[in-house]
Amino acid sequence: MTSFVDYLGGLLLVAGASFLFLGGLGIVRMPDLFNRIQAGAKTTTLGTLLILLGAGFLHPEWGFKLLLIGLFLLFTNPLSSQVLARAAHRVGIEKSSKTTVDMLAKDLAKTKDLADNGRESS
Amino acid sequence: MQTRSKLKKNIRDRAVLFVTLLLFWIMLNGTLAIDSLIVGIFVSLSITLLFCSGLSFFTEFRATPKAFAAGLFYYAYFFKELVKSNFKLAAIILSPSLPIKPGIVKVRTRLKSKMGRLMLANSITLTPGTLTVELDGEWLYVHCVTVDSTDIEEVTTQIVAGFESYLEVMYG
Repeated sequence: MTSFVDYLGGLLLVAGASFLFLGGLGIVRMPDLFNRIQAGAKTTTLGTLLILLGAGFLHPEWGFKLLLIGLFLLFTNPLSSQVLARAAHRVGIEKSSKTTVDMLAKDLAKTKDLADNGRESS
Repeated sequence: MQTRSKLKKNIRDRAVLFVTLLLFWIMLNGTLAIDSLIVGIFVSLSITLLFCSGLSFFTEFRATPKAFAAGLFYYAYFFKELVKSNFKLAAIILSPSLPIKPGIVKVRTRLKSKMGRLMLANSITLTPGTLTVELDGEWLYVHCVTVDSTDIEEVTTQIVAGFESYLEVMYG
């Protein structure tokens, strides 16, 4: 027997899946690692949350566990993206030619310059 | 006197950690049966005694009614931004010319607490077109899909201000 709630759950599942698909497409289309992480981090968070919500409508008895999964996802997903981006920047992954400004690299170069000059003068 | 208040804070931190862990255990098991509860208490207690790093969602949380209200508004705003960011990204990905202008800009935060800064960095990562790359004290380096300006003040109000006003009340 299909009820309104079942339809709603199914709809949410489809919506979540389409966001995940867009995320995958974004990873293929984006020019460099940082932009790919952007595409991956946002779409997987919302996509998975929608899928969890849809599953919650279809199986209300899973509610608590789905909520827990959602919470973990909300805190770990952006964190892992950040750490990946930071590691990539430290290793010096090539940025896309469209990149306009990189203040982090500029600041790092500045502090490195200061350190080098300090060593020479002492 | 100071060591005493420190001890009090330590005990409070550990109690909060214990309760959080036990709550997660109960939610994961989905039962209040006495045997699973005993195992849960034993495990949470040993973790609480062995590890005491105080960084939890609650240790720096100001438990005032105002903070709870700010928390609610924060989550409402957060989900709104998350949905917005997904549609914005979808529009960029689906347009054939791929209209991006990426760059890493620097913004400053007024938040002092570790937890507040962590939440801010996480929130920025999930909002339209921004990704936190590096945290350095009060400075956050943020990667943007489209850089509108390179002025620190302007970018700060654009990216940070929305979340900061809520987080400031919650964590300070």
